Amino acid sequence: MFFIGAYGFLTRKNLITMLMSIELILNAVNINFVAFNKYLYPENMQGHFFSMFIIGIAAAEAAVAIAIIINIYRNIQNIDVENIDQMKY
Amino acid sequence: METIIFYILSIVILVFSVLTVTTKKILRAAVYLLFVLGATAGIYFMFNYNFLAAVQLTVYAGGIVVLIIFSILLTHQINTNLDKINVKKIALGIVSSGLGIFLVLSTLNNFQFVASNNQATDSSIHGIGRALLSYSENGYILPFEVISVLLLAAMIGAIVIAKKEEA
Repeated sequence: MFFIGAYGFLTRKNLITMLMSIELILNAVNINFVAFNKYLYPENMQGHFFSMFIIGIAAAEAAVAIAIIINIYRNIQNIDVENIDQMKY
Repeated sequence: METIIFYILSIVILVFSVLTVTTKKILRAAVYLLFVLGATAGIYFMFNYNFLAAVQLTVYAGGIVVLIIFSILLTHQINTNLDKINVKKIALGIVSSGLGIFLVLSTLNNFQFVASNNQATDSSIHGIGRALLSYSENGYILPFEVISVLLLAAMIGAIVIAKKEEA
């Protein structure tokens, strides 16, 4: 699943689909953390808490990224990666 | 029984995540992503981590997917298909991710996992709240505070960026 996300990140051109790929990657990591925590070290909860913090950070990151995407769209009417080669407008 | 549920959930996750990155319509990709996140929450429920599953459902399925769909609606016509990706890029992605999968699987197969029989700590909401706010050995008060500041900064930043510029 991590590599499906990585594949999507490499192949997609659209910014929003790249964002969705990032969510996939973070989810794969979360599942791994939780599974290792459950089966290898059930006596403490590091994986559990780490997953919770990852979810929080993912929410923050998605909010900021979507704000940036909307702003770019408002400025140049397009959100494909190739067209964003100018930093000033 | 648990094994069957686990396999069903993981097949759902794999199939829908492939569909998410390959489908032509962007709105459908968002809906497939929703399915993936829901199945992930199902796996957390299976592990008995109820609180984590609830967080997953509310934050991801409730928050992030809705946010993504809103941004799609704001920036696209729904009916437009995504552009064709050129073959070279697809081949490159498949090769690199295939290499990564091979590397990870070969490492995993050589590693001896020792299942632990220690007593599981309670993962109830009560215990989680205690651990999050305690500043003793196993407390998580520092990352808790850091992430609260991070969320505040992200919120303010998102508002400032997306705000219409005043003339």
